[in-house]
Amino acid sequence: MRAFLHGFGMHVPERVVTNAEIAARVDRTPEWIEGASGIRERRWAAAETSVADLAIAAAEDCLARKGVTAASLGMIILASGSARPGFPGPAAEVAARLGLESTPAMDVPMASAGGLFGMAMAAQMAAHFGDVLVIGAEKMSAVIESGELDPNTAILFGDGAGAALVSARPGPWEILDAVLHSDGQYRDSLAFDWSAPLRMNGLSVILQAARKLPSSIEEVLARQKLAASEVEVFLLHQANQNLLLRVAKSLGVPTGRVYSNVARYGNTSSASMLIAAAEWSRANTVAGTVVFSAFGAGFHWGALLAHAV
Amino acid sequence: MPDATRRERLLRVLKTVTTQPLPADDEESLFESGLLDSFALPDLVTALEKEFSIKVPDRDLNPRKFDSIARIDTYLEDRAS
Repeated sequence: MRAFLHGFGMHVPERVVTNAEIAARVDRTPEWIEGASGIRERRWAAAETSVADLAIAAAEDCLARKGVTAASLGMIILASGSARPGFPGPAAEVAARLGLESTPAMDVPMASAGGLFGMAMAAQMAAHFGDVLVIGAEKMSAVIESGELDPNTAILFGDGAGAALVSARPGPWEILDAVLHSDGQYRDSLAFDWSAPLRMNGLSVILQAARKLPSSIEEVLARQKLAASEVEVFLLHQANQNLLLRVAKSLGVPTGRVYSNVARYGNTSSASMLIAAAEWSRANTVAGTVVFSAFGAGFHWGALLAHAV
Repeated sequence: MPDATRRERLLRVLKTVTTQPLPADDEESLFESGLLDSFALPDLVTALEKEFSIKVPDRDLNPRKFDSIARIDTYLEDRAS
C-alpha cells in the first residue's frame, strides 16, 4: 500500500538560550560548547509549557500549512522521550485539544528516533486509518534541569516540536521504504527516568551512531537500488554537528547534502528530524529523493526513503 | 602474542588519527589521556578496518576494546586468529 508525505510543521519556543548562558552554569566556555557540538544556541520553553503545548503548536502549524483540519485526521502518533511519566501520555491531551473525540492517538515513548519510527508506522497505517499526523515533541530543558547540570549533556539539548502529515492520498513525496532497528543491550548508554540525572555514555553513543546512521541509510538505499550520490538531501536527527559531518563523510556525499540546523536549535531529540524537514521543505522545492534517518536512546535507529512524485 | 609488525601498523594508524604523541605506556588510557575523544574513536575504528582489512562488527563497537594501545593490539590479535 502506498503512502505519501504531504508536509511538515514545527514550533520552537521564543526564548533563545545562548552558549554563553549555558557556559556560565557548567564551567565551560561558549567556544568549547560550539567546538564539541556545533551548537551556538537552543530554545527553551517556559516553565509552564508542557510537551503537549509544544506538540499542539507544531500540529497546528502543519495542518494550517496543508489546509487540513484536525477533524480530517485518522490518527495521531506522538513521540516524546521527555513527557512526564505515567498515563495517559500526551497524545490523548493533544487529540482532545485539537477537538478530536474519538480519533486514535498513540504515544511513542521514544527519544531521538521517535519521529522516524512514527513516520515509518504512519506509512503502514495511513491506508487503514486515514491521514496520520506524526508529531515529535520534547521539553529537554526539563530533563537536563531535573538535577545538577552535567556539562556533557546540558550543552546539547533544546526544546521544540515537529510534525509530518502522512496519507494514503497522493502527495508531494511518496514514501518508498523504511528500515528500523533496535538493540536493547545498549539501553543503559543513554537513559533517563526522572529519578536521576540523564545518563549518557558519549563514547558509546557516538561510536554506535557514527556507524549505524550511515549503515541504515545504505541499507534502505540498497533495497531501492539507489546510491547515496543520487539523494537530494539527507534530513537527519540533529544530534551534533560533528556527527552529521561524519555521516556525510561515511556516505561519501558533500556535507551540504546533509541538512543542519543544530547550531540554532541544539538537539531536540524526537522533534529534531521533523523540525529539520519543516525548515528544509519551506526553503526548497521537492524535486528528488530524500532520506530521513535517526538514532537514539535504546538504541533505536533507522532510515526512511521518500521520492518526489 | 605481541606482533612487532602489527604493533607498528597500529601505532602508525593511531598517530594519523590522533595527530599527537602517543603514550609510552601501552596500558595508558587513550581516552583519559585526551588522545581519543568520542569523535576520534569512529575515525580510529574506520582507519583500523582499512589498515588491517577487517570489518569491526557493531557488537565489537565497545569503547573499552579501544581504550589503550594494548587493548587494541589484543583485539587485532583476536581478529587475526
